[in-house]
Amino acid sequence: MSACSLEHLPQRQRATVAAIDWDRLAVPEARRLRELGFDEGVGVEVLHRASLGKGPIACRIGRMTVALRRAVAGRIQVALIA
Amino acid sequence: MSTLPLVALVGNPNAGKSALFNALTGARQKVGNYPGVTVERHSGRLALADGRPVELVDLPGAYSLEPGSPDERVTRDVVTGAQAGERLPDALVVVVDAANLDNHLRFTLQLLALGLPVVVALNMIDLAERDGLVLDPAVLSRELGVPVIPTVAVRRRGIDLLLEELSTAVGGATAMKLRPSDPALHEDIVTLQRRARRIATAATVSETPTRRWNHLLDTVALHPVVGPVLLLALLFVMFQSVFSWSEAPIGWIETGLAALADGIKDVLPDGFLRSLLVDGLIAGVGAVIVFLPQILILFAFILVLEASGYMVRAAFLMDRLMAQVGLSGRAFIPLLSSFACAVPGIMATRTIDDEKDRLTTILIAPLMTCSARLPVYTLIIGALIPNTRLAPLIGLQGLVMFGLYVLGIVAAFLAALVLRRTVTKGASSGFMMEMPKYQWPRLGDIGIGLWSRATIFLKRAGTTIALTVVILWALASFPQAPSGQKQSEYSIAGRIASGIEVVVKPIGFNHDIALALLPAMAAREAAVGAIATVYSIDNPDEDAGEVRLADRLKGRWSLATALAFLMWFVFAPQCISTIAVTRRETNGWKWPLFMVGYLFAAAYIMAGITYWLAVAAGL
Repeated sequence: MSACSLEHLPQRQRATVAAIDWDRLAVPEARRLRELGFDEGVGVEVLHRASLGKGPIACRIGRMTVALRRAVAGRIQVALIA
Repeated sequence: MSTLPLVALVGNPNAGKSALFNALTGARQKVGNYPGVTVERHSGRLALADGRPVELVDLPGAYSLEPGSPDERVTRDVVTGAQAGERLPDALVVVVDAANLDNHLRFTLQLLALGLPVVVALNMIDLAERDGLVLDPAVLSRELGVPVIPTVAVRRRGIDLLLEELSTAVGGATAMKLRPSDPALHEDIVTLQRRARRIATAATVSETPTRRWNHLLDTVALHPVVGPVLLLALLFVMFQSVFSWSEAPIGWIETGLAALADGIKDVLPDGFLRSLLVDGLIAGVGAVIVFLPQILILFAFILVLEASGYMVRAAFLMDRLMAQVGLSGRAFIPLLSSFACAVPGIMATRTIDDEKDRLTTILIAPLMTCSARLPVYTLIIGALIPNTRLAPLIGLQGLVMFGLYVLGIVAAFLAALVLRRTVTKGASSGFMMEMPKYQWPRLGDIGIGLWSRATIFLKRAGTTIALTVVILWALASFPQAPSGQKQSEYSIAGRIASGIEVVVKPIGFNHDIALALLPAMAAREAAVGAIATVYSIDNPDEDAGEVRLADRLKGRWSLATALAFLMWFVFAPQCISTIAVTRRETNGWKWPLFMVGYLFAAAYIMAGITYWLAVAAGL
């Protein structure tokens, strides 16, 4: 099992949230992230990337599809599921 | 205040709450406002299974009882009995998306902890089944300790059962007092979330992963290249349709108005009352009402885009571009709504979490070409821009109209860029939003949305605009000009306009325009009504339909003046409603005054530059 950040998780590669760097997120951002279901151990998968450069990414978290910016995705460490 | 029992509909965003509200109340809806905030209060009456009438109120969607936006605050305050002007609900209908239980049950657990009687609507159960998810409502009901009714709001499935359970819940022995000390109210989100996930797993009978339609659609809609092209094409079709589909209905309205004016002329003798009705009301209000078809078409597109779930995809695609000027993709939705009208656009900014981001969006929203500008643009372009073809399918008139739209967008982006570096400076805002499943919009829901927009517009035409037009008619009709002098210059309105003319003459505006600017302050489209009324008074002998307003303008305005006038309307914040809604949304006069100031300054400068450039070019 290897790890990387959600930002660099390959598309359609199933993974689980390993750790979230809550302290480096703005307070409302962290709150919204929790409300959308981000939590250690939850299944996550990158579905789409907006543009080849720096656009936001769409990911599946639990049963929900959520759009977030790469900077936030970079604070979320994931563990790949083989 | 009505003393009927109150039932509140509450749930996460995208749980299908509004569809359920429509299914329960049909067209018997009332839209009001909560005192002190601009959050709309949607309510309706319905009869329970035992025949008792209750009032149903649709609360704004929220993720938790810890509010992150003004909308969510209202939801929390209503269900805890803290909202001014609202009684504590007698029961709650908690709406959850069957396909998204893990997340939606967390908010349900918080709501259950309040101790009010609750019925859970397990909504969109059909979509969950299509996704290969089989749920056991009985298990869910046991785990939560309240009735759980599977529903498909858009197909009215489960509505009768829901009403039956509500009969038991409302005023039944189960009614409890608020328990603000319940530990679940204060448990942190993560703990609640874990409990919610456990319950969701328990209630799930089986789960077969299927290749979802949703994913396939998103593969196209969010594709880095195809996605933006598709979005642009959609916007193009939308704006094309606004013009091409509206031609016929506009013709019918014009014919109807002309017949009405002729009818009045046949019945009433020439005089004060006839002039007031024909020259004042029919000419003025009629000039505005003909734009109802265009406004409704634009709103229909926006409602469909929202109901289908595509709007969030558009926000996703736009986020990168919006980030360049310091905004987020979320701002795209209010800005697109502002093409119909800045008022709902500014109200839609409430979903933006970041304060600075939200304020910037509010300040630039009036630059989007709203439908009230259409009457002005259409009249001036139709009258003074030659209808030459530049290439097959591309006419000069259409190009100018397109240019005005683009100009509004460019100006808004530039304004955002400057504002974000000066008055609304702050850390760049985030972009995080749930992407709901695609859904076929239901015709009935779109119809209800359009109906409420149409009534708002017609009410405005019947009140604000009718009043300004009548006042203007009176000011323009008295005192009677002696022969040889123009009524529009001799009258009171004419003299006021002569005062304004001094200020606007340097930017190429004539006496007619000065006269139109004042009533246009109430609403932009009143400018057209004002010009129509004034010309109608100046030439009382002509039949209203005989000489078109556009033809009257031709002889009196130069092209340079017309262009300057168009440029003025791109920027000028001439809309009392927008200023009022900005004051309410920003809680004070500071920002609306700033908005009015910067936009008038921009309007004056840009109109001036346009006029002098056009004059220099010999137009």
